[in-house]
Amino acid sequence: MLFGRSGGDMQWCLSQAKGSLDDDVTEADIISTLEFNHTGELLATGDKGGRIVIFQQEIENKRQPQYRSEYNVYSTFQSHEPEFDYLKSLEIEEKINKIRWIPQKNAAHFLLSTNDKTIKLWKISERDKRPEGYNLKEEDGRYRDPSTVTSLRVPVFRPMDLMVEASPRKVFANAHTYHINSVSVNSDNETYLSADDLRINLWHLEITDRSFNIVDIKPANMEELTEVITAAEFHPHQCNTFVYSSSKGTIRMCDMRASALCDKHSKMFEEPEDPSNRSFFSEIISSISDVKFSHSGRYMMTRDYLSVKIWDLNMESKPVETYQVHEYLRSKLCSLYENDCIFDKFECCWNGNDSMVMTGSYNNFFRMFDRDHRWDVTLEASRENSKPFQVIKPRKVCAGGKRKKDEISVDSLDFNKKILHTAWHPQDSIIVVATTNNLYIFQDKMN
Amino acid sequence: MMSATSAMEVNAEARRILAVSISKLYASRTQRGGLRLHRSLLLSLVMRSARDIYHSSSRESEGQSGAQPAAEEPMDTSSSPGNHAGVSQAEPQPELISPEPAAEEPRSPEEPCESETIEDKENLSPARQSRKRRGKASVAPDFLPSKRARLEPGEERHAAPLGSCRVRAGESLAVLSLNRVIPAF
Repeated sequence: MLFGRSGGDMQWCLSQAKGSLDDDVTEADIISTLEFNHTGELLATGDKGGRIVIFQQEIENKRQPQYRSEYNVYSTFQSHEPEFDYLKSLEIEEKINKIRWIPQKNAAHFLLSTNDKTIKLWKISERDKRPEGYNLKEEDGRYRDPSTVTSLRVPVFRPMDLMVEASPRKVFANAHTYHINSVSVNSDNETYLSADDLRINLWHLEITDRSFNIVDIKPANMEELTEVITAAEFHPHQCNTFVYSSSKGTIRMCDMRASALCDKHSKMFEEPEDPSNRSFFSEIISSISDVKFSHSGRYMMTRDYLSVKIWDLNMESKPVETYQVHEYLRSKLCSLYENDCIFDKFECCWNGNDSMVMTGSYNNFFRMFDRDHRWDVTLEASRENSKPFQVIKPRKVCAGGKRKKDEISVDSLDFNKKILHTAWHPQDSIIVVATTNNLYIFQDKMN
Repeated sequence: MMSATSAMEVNAEARRILAVSISKLYASRTQRGGLRLHRSLLLSLVMRSARDIYHSSSRESEGQSGAQPAAEEPMDTSSSPGNHAGVSQAEPQPELISPEPAAEEPRSPEEPCESETIEDKENLSPARQSRKRRGKASVAPDFLPSKRARLEPGEERHAAPLGSCRVRAGESLAVLSLNRVIPAF
């Protein structure tokens, strides 16, 4: 891996494309979340059907400067099932909203997965040996007739085909009235937070029957509700600090040492609105859909409908960088409201050394921004337009006026093809991009 | 000061957005997983902006021409405490809409809006309210649920036909009794 390379020098090649080739998408297969573990060896995906698929990186030719890595299925399991809340006559969707890995402490891997109401801790472990030669049992498990047992035989472990087992270790339920949008593991590796529209709860990973409410923005009178919590995350190093974003475009940073209930923020990050951009939909497009701390912990990134903003934690008045993702959509907000696209929640991610950020867009386009070199690119996740190992070409959207060759006009964009989830390998130049039901893995040629 | 045409354009746009928003609210009732608070909040914010623009541009175009979209009076849907017994998941409900500039807006319990202005309107005397009824006969589209008082807990709610809820452009944006849109929990 070569850090310090400019984004402009990077040559992304399609390494793998996973998922059905069908144009007809099964609802349950729609990818709803994507997350690398801390080493990047494992990639977890969650879907609308409540399933989790974990891919494992297998590296060929490790010694060569140019090696290819492949992600293959490691484990698949059903994390959440649809439930019914009889009291409210409401169905609870099994869709996985978030997956977060717990830093690895032993041979097994642990992750937290959540749907709208319930968080689960899963243990994923490998079994590659099994005991054979029991004294009292046959190989198939049946008990031997005691009268036939004439000698003592001690079982020994023999190798077997690798089996990866996923088992639910803890279920954290009944703590959220509203829909859970975020889960974040604390750097203390003991606690984690879960956030819904109006509340944030603090849990201990070992304790399921109790959680502490640390943020509550529910007004006494629901008629006075003006904003909801849209995302929350713990600081990567300071275990007392977390942030949460709102539908009004603000981010509040809280210090858990200040008080038990963190309703009073220690910092509030907000950029004043540009009055010239005011429209019917100003409020919707300023709603923050994702917030992510940089690996360094010095910055945080927020995603709203049209842009990505980088904030210096020491400056609350405005972001230090703003990147336009698809500004050409600003004049189309009314149509995007009508077809519901304006409610799409795009996520964003940092690369391993915080020099680049990435986020998705429509028409299966995704955008990368190089912070150091002030460079950006639009790429496309498409099987037709990318041959394996061939460098993919940058795309360009023509906002208006004369359309050049190879450019695509705004009106030709397919708004059903949206990339909401992207992930960047924490160490290598490998990116994963989820289209509706497919997963695309790109690798920098000079990896 | 807006010209007549642009005020009317803005008026039509605002009305269209209102219509789209209402149909989205109706549709979200049957969404799997229940009403999403965030989405409902955003919808109601858009509706409020559209309604404000609609009112102000109606006032503008009124001055220019006699055309005035007819509207029914909003019904009283003052929240009854009984309905909220056991509500653990409050959802913002859309307000009833009236094109009348100083129209009374009944407070649906979960609607996020400025309390001060609404309260004033609610306190208007009946005489003043009836004065707001304009001459035009209001034609309530037949797909709208009939006016009913707010349901008491224990009463059944029936789903409004979703498909027919679109208000076509040009039709009067009559007041909807939206107390049936979102079942209270």
